[in-house]
Amino acid sequence: MWRYVVPLAIFAAIAGLFYRGLFMNPNYVPSPLVGKPAPTFSLPSVTNPDELVSSASLAGRVSLVNVWGTWCVECRHEHGFLVELARAGMPIYGLNLRDDRAAAIDWLDKLGNPYVSSGFDPEGKAAIDWGVTGAPETFLIDSDGTILHKHISPLTARVWQDDFLPLLREHCSPADCPFLAAVGGR
Amino acid sequence: MIPELGQLALALALCLALVQGTVPIVGAALGRADWMALARPAAAGQFVFVVLAFGTLVYAFLTDDFTVWFVAEHSNSALPVFYKATAAWGGHEGSMLLWITVLAVWTMAVAAGSRSQPQEFASRVLGVLGIVSAGVIAFAFFTSNPFIRLIPGPADGNDLNPLLQDPGMIIHPPTLYLGYVGMSVPFAFAVAALLTGRLDKDWARWTRPWTVVAWLFLTGGITLGSWWAYYELGWGGWWFWDPVENSSFMPWLMATALLHSLAVTERRGIFKSWTVLLAIAAFSLSLLGTFLTRAGVMISVHAFASDPTRGLFILGLLALFSGGSLLLYAVRARNLEAEGGFKPVSREAFLLANNVLLVVAAGVVLAGTLAPLVVEALGFGKISVGPPYFNIVFLVPALPLVALIGVGMHTGWRMMPTDALLRRLRLPAIAAVVVGIAAPFIFFDTASVLTILALSIALWVCASSLLDPVRRLVFRTGAPMTRGQVGMCLAHFGVGVFMLGATAASAYNLERDFAARPGDRIEAGGYELVFNGTRQVQGPNFVADEGEVELRRKGELVTVMRPQIRTYQVQRSAMTEAAIDANGIRDVFVALGEPLGDNAWSVRLRIKPLIGFLWLGSGLMALGGLVAITDRRYRLAARQTERAVAEPAAGAA
Repeated sequence: MWRYVVPLAIFAAIAGLFYRGLFMNPNYVPSPLVGKPAPTFSLPSVTNPDELVSSASLAGRVSLVNVWGTWCVECRHEHGFLVELARAGMPIYGLNLRDDRAAAIDWLDKLGNPYVSSGFDPEGKAAIDWGVTGAPETFLIDSDGTILHKHISPLTARVWQDDFLPLLREHCSPADCPFLAAVGGR
Repeated sequence: MIPELGQLALALALCLALVQGTVPIVGAALGRADWMALARPAAAGQFVFVVLAFGTLVYAFLTDDFTVWFVAEHSNSALPVFYKATAAWGGHEGSMLLWITVLAVWTMAVAAGSRSQPQEFASRVLGVLGIVSAGVIAFAFFTSNPFIRLIPGPADGNDLNPLLQDPGMIIHPPTLYLGYVGMSVPFAFAVAALLTGRLDKDWARWTRPWTVVAWLFLTGGITLGSWWAYYELGWGGWWFWDPVENSSFMPWLMATALLHSLAVTERRGIFKSWTVLLAIAAFSLSLLGTFLTRAGVMISVHAFASDPTRGLFILGLLALFSGGSLLLYAVRARNLEAEGGFKPVSREAFLLANNVLLVVAAGVVLAGTLAPLVVEALGFGKISVGPPYFNIVFLVPALPLVALIGVGMHTGWRMMPTDALLRRLRLPAIAAVVVGIAAPFIFFDTASVLTILALSIALWVCASSLLDPVRRLVFRTGAPMTRGQVGMCLAHFGVGVFMLGATAASAYNLERDFAARPGDRIEAGGYELVFNGTRQVQGPNFVADEGEVELRRKGELVTVMRPQIRTYQVQRSAMTEAAIDANGIRDVFVALGEPLGDNAWSVRLRIKPLIGFLWLGSGLMALGGLVAITDRRYRLAARQTERAVAEPAAGAA
C-alpha cells in the first residue's frame, strides 16, 4: 500500500527544501562597496579630539574597520572578541556611530580599547558614505585601501574563522602580516 | 543569582521531560504498569520547573536586571511596568520559553483530563507530549537561552520593539500559542493511536474536545493578530498574507478540517487514517510556522533572529516529530482502515468535500509561502508572492467551501433524499441570492460579479445556519437541539458574518490620502473631516505628534479623532497610532502620514463598511466551538469510560 507513504515523501521533499533554504541568507544583499576602494573619511578621534583618524591612517596594511556605539547591546557582545584580536596584533580602527563622547571614553576605559584609534561620528556622516545600516558592522580593508569584506551583526570567533581568515590568508603574506599566526592563521 | 535559578529550573524540566517522553512509552510497550504510572508525576514536575523558569524571566524583566542579555535587549527602565512583564515574550528567546510554558499547561490539562482513559493509552499520549516538550526545551536551552548573562550589564536596556508596546500584543502571543501548541494534543492522541494500533469511536470522542479548545484559541489568536495589524500598522489593512500570518493560518485550516473529519470518525467510524493524517499535518504546520519565523528562512516584519544553527535544530525537530510520525503512519495506517462507505448525498460526503477543500486551501497558502524559497533554492533569483496571488487563488477553494457549508449542515448521516433537501433549502437560497444582488446596488450603487457571488454565499450560509434555531425557537417545531448542534450553527453563522465583513470591507473600501493644513475641510464618503492641526504630546517613553480631526456628517459633529505619530525615545523609531471611529456598520480610520512642513500633514483616510463583522464573525466561530464542547455526550462519555476502567480494576483486585 504505497499511498500511506505519500505524506512522508511530501514531507521529505519540503524538509530537503528547508535544508537548502537554511544556507541561503534571505537578508544578504551584497554590499556594492566590496571590491571597491574604501570611501575617504576624516574624523576626530574619540579619545583625543585634536587627533584625526582618516583614510590615510589605514593605508599600507590590512586592517579592520568596526562600527560601534555604547547604545548598541550587540556591540558589547562582540567587544571581548575584538579585544582578543587586537591583543594578537590585528589592527582595528573604530567608527563610533551616533554616540556621546564621554560615554564612549567610559566604555573603552571599562571594557578595554581594541582600537588603534576610533573616529567620532556623532551625526553618522561618514557612516552614510560607508553604507552602514547599523551597528555592529565590520569591514576588512586591504593594504591598498580596497574593501575585501563586510560583515553585519556581531563578529564572533565562528564568523572570523569562516569569513575573515580565508580572505586574510589570500591577501596577506606572513611577512606582511606577522599577526596572522596569532589570530588563527597558522 | 535568580537568572541562574531559572537556568537550573529549565535544565531540570528538560530531564523530567526526557523521563516523561521515554519511560511511559516503553512501559506501555512492555505492559509495565509501574513504568506507565510515571507519566503523570513526571509531567507535573516538568510543569512546576517550567513555570519557575518562566517566572524567573518575568522577574528579571520586572526588576530591570540588564545583566541578563535578553532583558537588556528587549526592555528599558522607562518602559511601563505592564510592558516590562510582557516584554518577556517580545523576542525570540522569550517566545520559545512561552511556547514551552504553554505546552506544559496543555500537558497538565491532558494529564488531569485523561484519568478516565485506559492507562496504556494515556501514558502513550503523555509520553508523546514529553518527547515534544524535551525537543523544544533542548532547543531553547542550547540555542536560544534567555538567561545568558551580559557582564558588566549596560546602564539601561535597548527597549521593547515599539510595535509590541500595545495592549493587543499582551494577549495575542499567548492566545495564539495556546492554539498553536495545543495542536500537539491531537497529534499526541494520533501518534498514541498509531502506536496502539487501535483507533475507534472512543478515540475520536476523547480527541475532539481537545482539538476544539486548541482550535478556538487559534481562532482567537489569529483574530487578535489581525485586529492589532489593522489599528497598529497604520495601513488600514487587516490581513497581509505575510509568511508569519500564513504560518498561523495553515494550522487553522488543517485544524478546521480535523474537527470535521473527527466528527465523521466519531459518528460513523470511518475516515480513520485520514483523521490521523490531519492531526499530524496540523501539528507539523504549527512547527513549520516556528521554523519559518524563528529560523530566519523567511524575511518578515515578525522575524527576530537569523541563525543557521537554530534553523538546523528546528529542522531536526521537525524531522523527528513530523518525519517520525509520518513514518509510523506509513507502517501502521493500513491497520486502521474500516469497513463501510457512504452515499454521495450524505453528511459524510459533504464533510469529505469540506476536508478536501480545506486541505487544498492550506496547500495553496503553503505553496505561495514557500514559492520564494523554492525559486531561490533552484537558483532562479528572488521573487515575492504577495496579496495579488493569495487574494485570487485562495478564493478558488474558499468560495465553494463556504457555499457547501449551507447544504452540508442540513444533510443527514448515511444518506439523504435529494428532494427533501431541496425543499428545505429552496427558500433561504433564493432569499440569499436576491438580497445578495439587491443590497450592493441599494447601498453602494455598484457591484462586481465576484462581490455579488461572495455576498450571496455569505448570506446563504447565515440563512442556512439560522434555519434550525429559528424553527426551534420561533415555530417550536423539530427536535430539541443539542449543544453540539447549537455550537455548529453558531460557528457556521460566524463564517457567514465574517465573509460579509471581508467582502464589504474589501469591495467598498474607500481610501483617500491627502495633504491637510490646519483648518482644511475634506469631504469623502458622505462625511466631512476638519483637520485642526497637531500638537506635541508626552507619553511615558515616547513623544507624539497628535492630530485633531473632527468627523462631521451633515454638519453634525460625530466625534473628534486623535491619530498620533509616536517617536519612541530609546529606539528612535516612529509608530503610527491610527484613530478609529467604529459604529458596527462602518469604521472611519484616520492616520497621520508624514509632516509636509508648514504645519501641513499627509493624512490617510479609510472608510471600511462592515469591517467589524470580521472580528464579530471570528468571535462567533470561537463561541460556537466553546458551546459545542459543553455537549452532554462528552461529559457522559467521560463518566462511562471512568466506570468501564474502574470495573475491571475492581474485578482484578
